[in-house]
Amino acid sequence: MLNNQQIIISGLGGQGVLFIAKLLAGAAMADNLPVLTSETHGMAQRGGNVISYLKIGDFSGPLIRPATADALIALKAESFAHHSYFLKPGGLAVVNSPDPVEDDRYRVFCGNATALAEEAGNVRSENVAMLGFFMGAIKDDTPVFNPDTLARMIKEKFQAKPAVATNVLSLLGAGMQLYQKR
Amino acid sequence: MSTKRLMLGNEALAYGLLKNGCQMACAYPGTPSSEILSAVVSLKKEMKLDIHAQWAVNEKVAFETAYAGAQAGLRTAVAMKQVGLNVAADPLMSSVYLGVKGGFLVISADDPGPHSSQTEQDSRLMAVMAKLPVLDPDSPVQAAELAGIAFDLSEAFEIPVMLRPTTRVCHSRQSMDVEKIEMTLRQAAFEKNPGRWAATPKFRLQLHKELEAKLAKIADYEPTRPRLVSGTAKGGGQAIVLSGVAAANARDIIKERHLDIPVYQVVQPFPLHKDFIDEMEGYDEILVLEETWGVIEMQLADKKRVKGKNTGFISPTGELLPENVEERICAFVGVDYQAPQITMLPGRRPTLCAGCSHRASFYAIKKAAPKGIFTSDIGCYTLGCNLGAVDTVTCMGAGISQAAGFTIAYAKNEKQPPVFSTIGDSTFFHSGIPGLIETVTKKIPYVLVILDNRTTAMTGHQPTPASGRDASGDPCIAVNIPAIVKGCGVNFIKTADPYDLPAFIDILKEAKAYCKENGPAVVIAEHPCLLNLDRAELKASFKRVIVNRDVCDGCGYCVSQFECPALNMDQEIEQVCIDPGLCTGCAVCSFVCPKGALVLENQE
Repeated sequence: MLNNQQIIISGLGGQGVLFIAKLLAGAAMADNLPVLTSETHGMAQRGGNVISYLKIGDFSGPLIRPATADALIALKAESFAHHSYFLKPGGLAVVNSPDPVEDDRYRVFCGNATALAEEAGNVRSENVAMLGFFMGAIKDDTPVFNPDTLARMIKEKFQAKPAVATNVLSLLGAGMQLYQKR
Repeated sequence: MSTKRLMLGNEALAYGLLKNGCQMACAYPGTPSSEILSAVVSLKKEMKLDIHAQWAVNEKVAFETAYAGAQAGLRTAVAMKQVGLNVAADPLMSSVYLGVKGGFLVISADDPGPHSSQTEQDSRLMAVMAKLPVLDPDSPVQAAELAGIAFDLSEAFEIPVMLRPTTRVCHSRQSMDVEKIEMTLRQAAFEKNPGRWAATPKFRLQLHKELEAKLAKIADYEPTRPRLVSGTAKGGGQAIVLSGVAAANARDIIKERHLDIPVYQVVQPFPLHKDFIDEMEGYDEILVLEETWGVIEMQLADKKRVKGKNTGFISPTGELLPENVEERICAFVGVDYQAPQITMLPGRRPTLCAGCSHRASFYAIKKAAPKGIFTSDIGCYTLGCNLGAVDTVTCMGAGISQAAGFTIAYAKNEKQPPVFSTIGDSTFFHSGIPGLIETVTKKIPYVLVILDNRTTAMTGHQPTPASGRDASGDPCIAVNIPAIVKGCGVNFIKTADPYDLPAFIDILKEAKAYCKENGPAVVIAEHPCLLNLDRAELKASFKRVIVNRDVCDGCGYCVSQFECPALNMDQEIEQVCIDPGLCTGCAVCSFVCPKGALVLENQE
């Protein structure tokens, strides 16, 4: 039986929302699951709030209704404030924030992905660190997101640039650890 | 052998075109349609297909070019956004009368919302006016499928066919099977027939009669017949009719709520199939869910039994989101719907990128003409409204003609405000040139600033005629903007880099003085879009600006008047600070601070 998953990924234009949506989608496809995503283009990309919808499983429509999403990946604390309404009650939110974000309607976990990315020497890859954090958090909810498949995807994607693949994978691992150590 | 790929709707469309033998594809970029032609180019390269892909100067030129290919018997396509179809409306209306030999698809992508457009117009209504069939896909997979059906339909009736995706089809990604495309290329074979291809009005009446006969047959064409997608046909009680992405959303909801009701999906909203209209006569109540206007609805005869956009049951404005679809379906069938509690926060407004040269140009215009009227145009630079340097945006090319209109309107006033018009390079080529010629002949006193960043930035960096490269990235002849301006009869033409802000302001002031007596003055603000530069280029030109902490008094002038995303007020120290992650080192802000607190690093 299919384990349907609806995920919202939210951030600001240029933060790499689309990149992690495509990685997660690719990993699900590699596990033979049907995938639908929807994304923001054009004027709104210029520094505005950007959202990607990711639906894995038996769906026809590309969008996610409010109060139905299984999880939210927020690349900024303000992204959580903006788009938490998509979460179902008790849904999982992972938020890139040095300070705790409280909301008792959902299960909210915060991690400072920006600091992790800075330590790794590339502040622009905070999205990857946050993806790792998410992979750690979602593990207990559903088996749909397989870390091994994701790692294989990343190696394939950056086949021509093994150094990039190593950096991405190590940051992904650091993000997962950040969740476990929390 | 096929492989699974995550295909963007626009990529799926491109795949559908090529898989079904499209040999010529032309387009002008515009969100949400832009990736269709880019995907044609990448599939062409990947699968080594010997086909023609072209970014045209505007939608009308793209249409006419692709149309001639279909007159010569090839399968061809033209792609644009919905407001682009307005520009191509002239050849659209005429070509439907004349018809085609090879299959010809007109892809017009609508933008309910609107997300990145000036209107929510429904291209299907244009199809009704032009009298050509239109197909309405609900997903990337169906977009690819309908491209093939549309080509067959086009050739069966020798008529152009419109394919109308919306934003949520164009910019969704779906896993789908992709196979290697093997193409059998057709030879062009134009059969001369002036009575048809160059028909005079007398013959046009005959062609119109033939067109009506074609439409009647298309309203009975088997492959595009409405599909029963859920429930069983009952011929009485309630029924739901769906089209486009609303169909995809509604199917999920009907399944989730286990609704036992006949649900039909219309893939050809116009002409609506005759026997479908007859079948619908049997139902007592019909809900029609479609975007953006009630095109299917208006073809169903009895208004009392139909609930949709035109009857006010569905909002005539905005996007038909899945939550709206769910709420309306529940209201229609009479089941409970619990609306979730939503607190919508105001989003960040879009802004020009840090280091964008347009920001410098707009700041300079404000300095050169603080009391001016600023007409502008469609592109990234529309965001100059944040800086108070864009007062009007109407449609592609309108800024120049509106500049003329404002000077004429103010001519009888005691005082005439200076009028500055801004237009991007791609928009200038698209439809700015006729307006410029007009203002030369009328000696209109205004300054035209052409914002030349060597690309069509907003839609994803497609080349312009000045770029010197074509859709495939190969070198081609570059058209010279100053030479065009000179050829239009303008005698004041200066080119400068707005990064050198003080000099740029002086040139604008000079242009303002010149135009009062002599007519149009043109200033070309030349600086490449930073998103097109690689890291090495950015690093080489990087100039570090620092905040002199002894001088900055936290007045906030730079933050509010220059609005660079890299400049932020630090509330704790009450001074401005520069975000190192965003700053591109353009150093323009060093000219902006009235106190001189923003200084180049080595000049402190």
